[in-house]
Amino acid sequence: MNLARISWPERIAAGEVVKVRLLVQHPMDTGYLQDLLGKMVPRNVIRLITCKLGTREVFRVEPSSGIAANPLFEFFVRATETADMHVEWVDDRGIRGDFKQTMTVISSSTT
Amino acid sequence: MKTSRRDWLKRSATISLSWTALQSGSALAQTMESGYLKAFDDMVRPITQGATLLQQDVTLDAPMLADNGSLVPLAVRVNNPMTPQNHVTHLYLLSQRNPVTQMALFQMGPWNGRAEIQTRVRLAGTQAVVALARLSNGEFRYGQADIIITESACVDAS
Repeated sequence: MNLARISWPERIAAGEVVKVRLLVQHPMDTGYLQDLLGKMVPRNVIRLITCKLGTREVFRVEPSSGIAANPLFEFFVRATETADMHVEWVDDRGIRGDFKQTMTVISSSTT
Repeated sequence: MKTSRRDWLKRSATISLSWTALQSGSALAQTMESGYLKAFDDMVRPITQGATLLQQDVTLDAPMLADNGSLVPLAVRVNNPMTPQNHVTHLYLLSQRNPVTQMALFQMGPWNGRAEIQTRVRLAGTQAVVALARLSNGEFRYGQADIIITESACVDAS
């Protein structure tokens, strides 16, 4: 199952700055709260998320327990050509996740 | 011996006083680090380490009143051209009251085209939130917003 979802505008012209929305499914347990039985839930948050567009790393965030569950990030990136957006993350338990989606860019000559 | 009214009053006063003392003692023992507001300097100094810091160019969009501290949308916009010569390298989201001051650290560069980030944070009570941006020339810019929280994120749902 995909734990990440990423979206951007449908039509992207080359050289355009586009808004990218990234949603990762993760509980982001702070380590300060108890579960329904009164037991402390150990801290488990995402430590690092990176987004690579083609070969270039375009986005990197180090969240802490201060980021809400199922973290959502919106950022901008300049799209020059069609490339794969590769999202990778790692949490406190060392569990890694990744997700890939192709960003299609219409070259400016055809538009 | 018959206790006079004065004696009785005295005794009850001592009892109630010691009771409150006990109560406050146990309350103190339970207080988390998030109980107090951090001073602005204490939040920012470890990051800036004496570099130039100005309150300009950074806009922090946040709701004035958030009902639930577990999910507060934040939008940060830095007024910056994002060229290879002049861009934002790091963006810090800092909280005054959370047990963990640094909520997130973003790394940015000229490839972003626009220095703008949106995310959702957790806040432990009413406080000021600071967005601190590090520019490529080593200077810092910041903006802040006061957010009123009716329900802290640091309480149990159970």
